Amino acid sequence: MEPLLKIRDLTVKIGEETILNKLNLDIDRHQNVILFGPNASGKSTLLGAIMGFDNYNIISGSIEFAGKNLLDLKPDERARRGIGLMFQHPPKIRGIKLNQLADLLYGDNKDPEEKNMLVKTLNLEYLLERDLNVNLSGGEIKRSELLQILLQSPKLLLLDEPESGVDIENVAVMSKAINRYINRHKVSTLIISHTGYILDYIEANEGCVLYSGKIICHEKPKRIFSDIKEYGYEECGDCRDKER
Amino acid sequence: MWGLPGQGKVKALIMAKNIETNLPKEDQEKLEKVGLDFSQKSRSATFIQQDDSVLFNKSLLEGIEIEPIEDAWEKYPELKTKYYGKAFKTIDKDYPQDTRGGYFIRIKKGVTAEFPIQSCLFLNNKQFRQNVHNIVIAEEGSRVHLITGCASSKAAEEAYHLGVSEFFVEKNAYLNFTMIHRWEKDVEVTPMSVAIVEDGGSFVSNYISLSPVRNIKMYPTAVLNKNCKATFSSLITAYKDCLVDIGSRVIFEGPGSSAEIISRAVSFGGTAIARGDLYSQTVDIKAHLECQGLIVTETGKIHAIPELRTNYRDVDMSHEAAIGKISKEELDYLMARGIPKEEAQSLIIRGFLDVNILTIPEEIRNEVDRLADQTLSGGM
Repeated sequence: MEPLLKIRDLTVKIGEETILNKLNLDIDRHQNVILFGPNASGKSTLLGAIMGFDNYNIISGSIEFAGKNLLDLKPDERARRGIGLMFQHPPKIRGIKLNQLADLLYGDNKDPEEKNMLVKTLNLEYLLERDLNVNLSGGEIKRSELLQILLQSPKLLLLDEPESGVDIENVAVMSKAINRYINRHKVSTLIISHTGYILDYIEANEGCVLYSGKIICHEKPKRIFSDIKEYGYEECGDCRDKER
Repeated sequence: MWGLPGQGKVKALIMAKNIETNLPKEDQEKLEKVGLDFSQKSRSATFIQQDDSVLFNKSLLEGIEIEPIEDAWEKYPELKTKYYGKAFKTIDKDYPQDTRGGYFIRIKKGVTAEFPIQSCLFLNNKQFRQNVHNIVIAEEGSRVHLITGCASSKAAEEAYHLGVSEFFVEKNAYLNFTMIHRWEKDVEVTPMSVAIVEDGGSFVSNYISLSPVRNIKMYPTAVLNKNCKATFSSLITAYKDCLVDIGSRVIFEGPGSSAEIISRAVSFGGTAIARGDLYSQTVDIKAHLECQGLIVTETGKIHAIPELRTNYRDVDMSHEAAIGKISKEELDYLMARGIPKEEAQSLIIRGFLDVNILTIPEEIRNEVDRLADQTLSGGM
């Protein structure tokens, strides 16, 4: 069966700098993939390129989603096809309320109870009438992001460091909502993790490492994480060579 | 709610009939879009003037008088001597005296109006020059909201509106004045207003102009005595070939007062000038000015001119001003949520012109919000 997301030989530049270099990645249906990689290795760039932001310059390669080429599509079209991106640093937008956006994303032909449940699960009732991302704590931002993307009903969730700046309690709350959505709708996820905490909460059987612009390792995520803890990313390059 | 239930007595709970103005449906709709409630169900009093004739005036609350100004002077010549021109004299400003029409509104001592008073000034003739003089007196301890909607019909090509307004907020009174403008693009408008706020009084001014107009120029001023509060908030837009020059000035004459001026200006290719002037002639006051501008089209002018002036050391005065464009980051963010670019842009502009910066009760805020939605979706 065709993978849900299929990336081939993707080369991406920001300005003059090549960030991703002939990168290949497949994500199957109902598969959770954890993406590791050192700081500034291009993990967020990869998510941005999948989403289609135009400051990422695609030099060559292809990105297919559910068998369709994405490269000619604008971010909003990609989102409507089923890609949901959780931002690591979402912008503050004054005058737009979280609830206003939530309603817009959810649409009016769905069961409002479902939305209310999600708001409750994520403990967001008190933030609904606040301006988007204005004066929110780290945990509040992540929960608000998660609410928005789950209301979009994506088939592929791109989560950029969902646990960063979030206390353990909030990681648990978020993971519960993510797991519930993943299992119920049999969707796929690509999760960038720096700390690995998320592994304790989200069942993922595939991990990979982004290094020097390429995906260089496919392993059980817990195994990758313990190796990174032990040896650091510096060893990643050598490890790949050895295995070859 | 915007105040305690009225000490004045409601004359008629429900109006039997709608306002009979003989206005065609199109014009009625236009007036509804500047906040006029024809049913009067949620209003304490109503005044409607078209060109220079008064179409309707009625108060539903004892303790509120609303009349064509010439009638009021006939009835109360002593009030004319006491109030007419006095606010302008206080700040040594000339004002045109060749006016015809306008409203006289008096809220009697201690009266709280549960529902706002509404007034409407309507231009309906080609090249008509509407010059009105309005007087509002909020007597000691009274509390009231006044919504004034000003609009012009399609017929009123190249018409002109001059509104001279004087507000007298007496001791411990509260007057909240919301003005909604919806002109046509070849109309010129020059409102002139001065509010005199006596000890312990509060004056709130909200101004909303979201549709095209050739030229609006105004610099409403409030003079504060001791322990007063004043707030000026405005949401303005300047479309192509329009000049919108809006200022707000607060002059502090007594200590213990505070004031805030907030404005949001959006240029869709026209020129918006956002002025603000806080001037302290006393000690112990607090004043803040905030003006933000957004330019949507590639060319468009915004000129933010915030001024702070004081004659004394012991004051607390500050201002902030910023002009920018729609940020790519915000657009990307909303697009990544599946919202098409143009819709995302409108959302951001609409968010920028946030009715929550206005100081108005929730009920009126919701109305204004709805009116702003209608106006902007038509304009953009």
